[in-house]
Amino acid sequence: MTIAISIKDLRKTYANGFEALKGISLEVKEGDFFALLGPNGAGKSTTIGVISTLINKSGGSVEVFGRNVDTHVYETKLDFGVVPQEVNFSQFEKVQDIVMTQAGYYGLPRKLAKERCEKYLKKLGLWEKRSDRSRSLSGGMKRRLMIARALVHEPRLLILDEPTAGVDIELRRSMWKFLTAINDNGTTIILTTHYLEEAEQLCKNIAIIDEGNIIVDTNMKKLLAELDSQVYILDSQEEIARSPVVELENVNVRSIDSHSFEVTVAGGRSINEVFALLDQQGIQISSMRNKTNRLEELFLSRLNDN
Amino acid sequence: MLVNHKFIAFETIVIKEVRRFSRIWVQTLVPPAITIGLYFVIFGNLVGRRIGEMGGFQYMEFIVPGLIMMSVIQNSYSNVVSSFFSHKFQRSVEELLVSPVPNYIILTGFVAGGMARGLAVGMIVTTMSLFFADLHIENPLITVAVVLMTSIVFSLAGFINAVFANNFDDISIIPTFVLTPLIYLGGVFYSIQLLPPFWQLVSAINPIFYMVNAFRYGILGSSDVDVYWAFLILAVFIAVLYSGCIWMLRHSTGIRA
Repeated sequence: MTIAISIKDLRKTYANGFEALKGISLEVKEGDFFALLGPNGAGKSTTIGVISTLINKSGGSVEVFGRNVDTHVYETKLDFGVVPQEVNFSQFEKVQDIVMTQAGYYGLPRKLAKERCEKYLKKLGLWEKRSDRSRSLSGGMKRRLMIARALVHEPRLLILDEPTAGVDIELRRSMWKFLTAINDNGTTIILTTHYLEEAEQLCKNIAIIDEGNIIVDTNMKKLLAELDSQVYILDSQEEIARSPVVELENVNVRSIDSHSFEVTVAGGRSINEVFALLDQQGIQISSMRNKTNRLEELFLSRLNDN
Repeated sequence: MLVNHKFIAFETIVIKEVRRFSRIWVQTLVPPAITIGLYFVIFGNLVGRRIGEMGGFQYMEFIVPGLIMMSVIQNSYSNVVSSFFSHKFQRSVEELLVSPVPNYIILTGFVAGGMARGLAVGMIVTTMSLFFADLHIENPLITVAVVLMTSIVFSLAGFINAVFANNFDDISIIPTFVLTPLIYLGGVFYSIQLLPPFWQLVSAINPIFYMVNAFRYGILGSSDVDVYWAFLILAVFIAVLYSGCIWMLRHSTGIRA
């Protein structure tokens, strides 16, 4: 399979002496939906800045679809689109002009640029706003505009730096749907996010970066399988007189209130076994959720280990 | 990047630049027209009548080329410095930096934008001057060549200023403390023959003096300097400033961490 991004021994030391990247190596396969996670200041945005040539690296190499970004500047830039963390378009320009201008930078003829502009503004729900000045857009619309702008030249690789930060839940979910669809159509996506639920929902592979080092680089399913125990909150439609009796090894049940209780399942036990016992006691469960995000638990434990 | 793609990218930058200064025409096109109009009325008409002749021409006729050149210089410079600095300030320069547009196309696009505004204001001032003086262009080719080359020089200079600027104060220091004195001492309002020998020598090291006089030669057919010197100076400035801009873009000066 083609490698979309290959990073080798990437280093970045800023002018003030801060060492943001300490020789990281990473590979992202074509078609992947890849999460790059890490706490604030870990080096996520620096990594993305170096890949997208907005930040000069201090050492190492970056290849995009097999081509070195230093020696094949123009070819590699055609292959990726970038959605930065901060809004970086002119606040005085119209929505349509921002996308059309970006298309022009990539050499798209005007007719094709217009078609693409319409296509992506419609897909991202901004077509009605096309003649508005960008400063009048809401925060969520500005983020969607940056995605439309990054996609106008239809890159093979889309790099998103916290695309849903500060976006409401409804909009976030519609963006997830959109990103999943373009990934299904073959676009490789690299995503940094603070919403671990987002990474868990969307991404196939994951790397965690901390203090300029990659501390985890694995498959999302494999990583989640490493969880020793999971804590669920179960809600019952009817009032529960007393705490349910679940006599299973490695399973612990604790009552929260008259309708809810907490179940901790560990040691390879399945939650289905708990459901079966509850059913025998006549307790009907109406809803179930994880007490904490599974990836969040792993993320915190890995950071603590590091 | 293919040649036609480069042309589309260049065209895009120029259209964006022209759209920018046209959108804010009250700030970009009207003030220089008013200022130069006042020069025509006060210096050319009221004071000029008492002065009489300068360099063998009516004073109004004498100052027209200098005032046109002054507006071209100031507006070419300020368009590029304010536009490119705004791109840096709003971070919209990143749109360009992540795209495959080569550095020389970025630079040429911004310079063309600066030239467009400089020449637009120059045209406005020229049209206004027709109300005050009979304008006959003696050497059209020289006139056009000088005005184009001068606007290139000051667009490039504006680009360098924008690259090094860190805040809005930095983009007004050079125009206020360097450009304006050089223009005023560059023979816009007087002939160098009026100055004592020492100050004539000092004027000779002011590059704007050559540009103004070469332009005056193009329009009136009279100049304090040899017009070929002016072309040589313009060519050298263009070569040096262009190379400097390309070097800075290649080394990411002021635009990449």
